[in-house]
Amino acid sequence: MRIFDPHIHMTSRTTDDYQAMYDAGVRALVEPSFWLGQPRTSPASFFDYFDALLGWEPFRASQYGIAHHCTLALNPKEANDPRCTPVLDALPRYLVKDSVVAVGEIGYDSMTPAEDTALATQLQLAADHGLPALVHTPHRDKLAGLRRTIDVVRESSLAPERVLLDHLNETTVRDALDSGCWAGFSIYPDTKMDEDRMVTVLRNHGTDRILVNSAADWGRSDPLKTRKVADTMLKAGFDEDDVDQVLWRNPVAFYGQSGRLQLDPTAPGPLHEGNSILRGGE
Amino acid sequence: MLTSREKLDDRLPGAARAWLDEALAEAAHAAGRPDADTGNPPWELRFVSAGRHCGPEHADAVRVLLLVEARPALPAVTRLYEQGTAAERRAVLLALHRIEFGPAALGLVEDALRTNDTRLVAAAVGPYAAAHLDAHGWRHAVLKCLFTEVPVEAVDRLADRARGDAELARMLEDFAAERTAAGRTVPADLRTVLALTAAPAPAPTEES
Repeated sequence: MRIFDPHIHMTSRTTDDYQAMYDAGVRALVEPSFWLGQPRTSPASFFDYFDALLGWEPFRASQYGIAHHCTLALNPKEANDPRCTPVLDALPRYLVKDSVVAVGEIGYDSMTPAEDTALATQLQLAADHGLPALVHTPHRDKLAGLRRTIDVVRESSLAPERVLLDHLNETTVRDALDSGCWAGFSIYPDTKMDEDRMVTVLRNHGTDRILVNSAADWGRSDPLKTRKVADTMLKAGFDEDDVDQVLWRNPVAFYGQSGRLQLDPTAPGPLHEGNSILRGGE
Repeated sequence: MLTSREKLDDRLPGAARAWLDEALAEAAHAAGRPDADTGNPPWELRFVSAGRHCGPEHADAVRVLLLVEARPALPAVTRLYEQGTAAERRAVLLALHRIEFGPAALGLVEDALRTNDTRLVAAAVGPYAAAHLDAHGWRHAVLKCLFTEVPVEAVDRLADRARGDAELARMLEDFAAERTAAGRTVPADLRTVLALTAAPAPAPTEES
C-alpha cells in the first residue's frame, strides 16, 4: 500500500515517526507552513521556518525514504498580527522554489478583515505562480466560515479545481464538493474527524476529489491516521483501488497541478551520500 | 563529477536544452553588467527553477554552469546562498572555486560545515575549501565528514593537506579511541585519512 499524506507538520515530529510512517506505507507527504503554537514576532522567524521546510526537513524525510514537499504562506492566525504581515511581501521569492507545491495554509481563523486581505492576496499569489492553494477552514463557526471561504475563492482568479478546502467534516463536505474544490479531511485522535466517520463520508460522497490527512503536529495527533483510514476502508468493503485513489492518486493529482512533484525521495545528486541523521561535531 | 555542458546537451531533451540555452544567455548578459545587481536579474529565476526544467539529476550541473556564466559578485552570490533551498546552496558551494573570490566567500563554506545536511557538508569540502580553509577549520571539516558519514573522497586535495599533519592524526586517534571505548566500530575512512597523515610533510618552502 502506498500512502501520500497531503497535510502533516513534520517539523514537530520525531525520527521515530518518520520510520513508523515509512513502515505503514507513507512514501510522500506535503508539509504546509502554519502556526507554531508559540506566536512569532517578526518576518525573520517565518523565513527561517520556510528555509527549514526547503532544506533540513526534506533532508530528514529523505533519510527515511519519504518524498517531502511543502506549501508556504502567512497562516490565518498570524495574518492578524501586524508584526507578521510583511511576510506577504517576501512570499514571491519563496513561491518559485522547486519543492513548493501550493500556497498554504491560508484561509480563515476568526474571520477578520485582516484575514480577508491575507486570503485574497495569497489566492492571487497562487494564481500568479501557477500554484494550487491549500485552504484551511476555521474550527469555530465552521459552516459559515466555509461558505465565506468559497465566496472568496469564487471571486479570486484561481479556479476551484486548484483549491483544496481542508479540515472538513459531515456538515461542510457537501458545500465543499459542490463548489468544485477538492475536499480534505484531517483525521485526529479526538477532534475533527475519526476513521469510521471518514469511511461514512466516503460511502456517502464517493472517492473523487477527496483527500485524507493526519494533520499531525505538536498537539495530540497521530501521523499514522492515513494508514488507519486505509485499513478501515478495506474492512468496510472498499477495494484496494479505492484506497489507492484516496490515499495516493488524489493527492498526487491535486498537488501535481503545480508541475513540481518529485515522488522519488532519493532524487540523485553526485554528492547525495548521507544515510542517517548523525549529530556531527556536537 | 558535475556533468559538462557538452554531456548535458546530449542528455537533456529538446525543450530542456532550449531552456538551458536561454538561461545561459541571460546569465551571460548579467555577467556583462556587474553594476546591475539591483533586484533579481532574470537568470536567478532560472537558477532557482533549474530542477524542474532540466530534472533534479541535472540541477547541480545546470546551476553551476549558470553561476560560472553569470559570475555574480560576492554580495549577489551570498544572497543566492542565503535565500536558497538546500539544493541551491549546494550549487553555490560547488561553484565557488570557479568564480574569482579569493578567500572572501569562506563564510559560506563555514555556514555549510555547521549544518548536519550531508549534501551541504559534502559540497563544502571541495576545491574552494581545500584552497582557503585554515588548518583548524579544515581538520574539523574532515572530522565532520567522518561523523556524518560523508565519504572522505568528497574532500578535495585530502592527501596533500593531510600529509604530515600531526594534529589531524592526534584528533583522528582520539576519535578512534572514543569509538573503541564505546564499543562502536571505527569508520574505515578514519583509517584511510590516518594513513595519509603518516606520509612525510611537504618541503618547508611551501609554508614560507
